[in-house]
Amino acid sequence: MRNSVVRLVTASVGLLIVSVPVFAHHSAAIFEAGTRVTITGIVTEWFWANPHCLLSLDVKGADGQVVRWVAETQAPPNMIPFGWSRQSFKPGEEVTLTVEPARSGRPVGRLLRAVFPDGRTLVPGGSAGAAATGGTP
Amino acid sequence: MRTRVAAFAIVVIAGLISSDSIRAQLQLGFRRTPGAVYDVDFKGKPSGPAPRRSLSGVWEFANGGAEGIQAMGAMAMPSDGKPEHELPFTPEGREAFVANKPTFGVTQVPSAMTNDPMPGCDPQGFPRIVLHNAHTEQILETSTQVVILYQFNKKWRVIWTDGRALPKDPENPGWALKDVPPPEPRWWGYSVGRWVDDYTFVAESNGFDDRTWLDNAGRPHSNAMRVIETYRRVDADHIDKTLVIDDPKYYTRPWAAFDKLRMRLQSPSLEIPEQECVPSETARYNLLFGDPAAGVDAR
Repeated sequence: MRNSVVRLVTASVGLLIVSVPVFAHHSAAIFEAGTRVTITGIVTEWFWANPHCLLSLDVKGADGQVVRWVAETQAPPNMIPFGWSRQSFKPGEEVTLTVEPARSGRPVGRLLRAVFPDGRTLVPGGSAGAAATGGTP
Repeated sequence: MRTRVAAFAIVVIAGLISSDSIRAQLQLGFRRTPGAVYDVDFKGKPSGPAPRRSLSGVWEFANGGAEGIQAMGAMAMPSDGKPEHELPFTPEGREAFVANKPTFGVTQVPSAMTNDPMPGCDPQGFPRIVLHNAHTEQILETSTQVVILYQFNKKWRVIWTDGRALPKDPENPGWALKDVPPPEPRWWGYSVGRWVDDYTFVAESNGFDDRTWLDNAGRPHSNAMRVIETYRRVDADHIDKTLVIDDPKYYTRPWAAFDKLRMRLQSPSLEIPEQECVPSETARYNLLFGDPAAGVDAR
């Protein structure tokens, strides 16, 4: 019993330390808080939907291998006030993302910033936007 | 020994949650619904007098749209480990709380392990519709009803104002009206309301299906729950809303989930955005992101 309580405490504390509840749908405990990954790739899908919008892109690594990354944003009504729309990305176009990766090690993460080749930039609102601009993640 | 370990755990968790950095992380920031206005837009400009017996209009959180998200649970009682936010559970209520696996709060689990009914698009129901992911609302008044239209999933709720009584037995509810068959418990309960003075409308609800959660932190309710809402029309531009949970099966005393929550009247032309929970979109979301983010293979 004591061991199970200790395990529960350890798990809870661990979750809380890394937890950044930016979404109402799931906790940000799944992300590597504070870690930033910059990836450039070709958009394969812009999934404008609930519970969260997803941007998929193929990223070619230094070894020539292509890895499909999926970056999560927020729900459409929470993105529209910050300039995002269903037309924000089109398959085939290049974009550079700043992402907070998932702790699972899979190529998925929280989208903090999107920059197009012409310099146009999209940043989400809320704490993801704050993280992108150097504030509290 | 077990008690000391548990007490230590509570202190550690409470300390972590109450630290400045964690509290700062809980701030979602100011969010503006396109076209909406907020109190910050009217600093120094007083509102006119409150109209008599009127709730009609489109209403938005006066201090910014982020107020309604309530990711950590009911606004006045977030699941943050602070002693003052500990809910007065009965033993049966605590057992139900522990059985729920939310993705936020002191009992949070990774999203792949949650049993929250909402991500799968099961009905959010009332009062969770106003205690989690709450957005702009529209209130319509007829001669027999106050109707509230909610953004999330385009749901609506009827509060009867024709003088009928609440169902007497929440487990076997039936309206006190002739020739109306007894209905079943419902996701949205049964609601009746009345003006207690020219500026205060009080609604009471019961007859709830106990499969819904109260909030995003997994707080439960039983089928004996009664919800008391107070709408206070404080001036021409504002309503202050209070919502009290009275559930003697699960809680030893009534508690306020939000208290004098200020809403601001909007232009009658403001369009409430569409926001639907769509099972097929949720399935694709889990395939592309939810499962790999949690490190589990596709379901």
